[in-house]
Amino acid sequence: MAGPSVADRIADRAAAATPMTVVRTVRGLTDRAIAWIFVAPTIFLLLAINIFPLIWTINLSFTNYRANRLTRPAEYIGLRNYERLLTDPDIWHNMQVTAHFVLWTLFFQVVIGFALAWLINRQFKGHGFWTTIIVLPMMLSPAVVGNFWTFLYQPQIGLFNYVISFFTGVDPSSFDMIGSVALAPWSIVIVDTWMWTPFVMLICLAGLRSIPESIYEAAEIDRASPWRQFWTITVPMVLPFLMLAVLFRGIENFKMFDLVVELTSGGPGSVTELASINLKREAFEKWRTGYASAYAIILFVTVFGLANIYVKALNKVKER
Amino acid sequence: MTRYLTDFLRGLLRCRRGPWEMLATIFIAVGVVMLMQPLAIVLFSYSFVTLLIGVVMFLIVSHFPE
Repeated sequence: MAGPSVADRIADRAAAATPMTVVRTVRGLTDRAIAWIFVAPTIFLLLAINIFPLIWTINLSFTNYRANRLTRPAEYIGLRNYERLLTDPDIWHNMQVTAHFVLWTLFFQVVIGFALAWLINRQFKGHGFWTTIIVLPMMLSPAVVGNFWTFLYQPQIGLFNYVISFFTGVDPSSFDMIGSVALAPWSIVIVDTWMWTPFVMLICLAGLRSIPESIYEAAEIDRASPWRQFWTITVPMVLPFLMLAVLFRGIENFKMFDLVVELTSGGPGSVTELASINLKREAFEKWRTGYASAYAIILFVTVFGLANIYVKALNKVKER
Repeated sequence: MTRYLTDFLRGLLRCRRGPWEMLATIFIAVGVVMLMQPLAIVLFSYSFVTLLIGVVMFLIVSHFPE
């Protein structure tokens, strides 16, 4: 008969070393109480790091508190911050800039990401190498990406302008991606698409690889054309994965800050000033903490609402 | 269409989750569109209230029976 295992021996030794006072206390506890003791530190951390700041921000959003004037007491001003925010044409403009950025980046990332995943899934020679190359941008820091794309976008020396010039014949120094009011919103869309398309591609690739080969074989026996197989097998089965990618990227892009600050700092003027950049200016440059808190709550409710709808849609697709 | 509308209204009256979630979703979607549309600032001004109604409604009705 085999003796006690290593784990049993460790448990026995730990039990023997536990002081009798602790043993008596624990022996009197129910399983539920012991479970709560184990979970309590995590719940405490969650409350301290997530829930408390949220409640505090909601509280601040009803005051005229300024974080750079600590000696001045905050006064409750009711809904005035929300009223000022929601009647400010500049904030309205920032929201439109954010919508432009989010919608176009999502569109390009989904289309290109899915196409790349579909190609990589064909298992051609060297597909592993190309997957690594494609995934590289995603691994870089947004600060690094923003910095080197500002060089690529330089009208005099930038590679981007020369590539465009090569294909269209336009003089490379005749346009400035970052400096032009018309082109700057597209410059941030291009960089975000370049950086995050691999993420969408990876999720789509996971979806494509999860489709059993037998389904395609059955479709071929039924003489379904490749086009029909694509629309009736591939797309419906990848859809939950694709929706998950859109959810992640949508929320991330709605909060986008670092990449755009590094690239354009919201300029020229305010054509690339996303809501998060404006929020940071209000909070840490103008020091209107109460006002910025109300702004943050509006953004939070928007993202939370969209995420709710999206999760509901995702569950419906999964049920199908 | 009429039948669908009848079922929807009946679900609302009986406090069923599906129709109420649908109503909350409509509020959220309209609120987001109002927040980001470039047409009228009045719509932008009322967007947050619409959005908030939708989100709170969604949180409450997700506990309704199926």
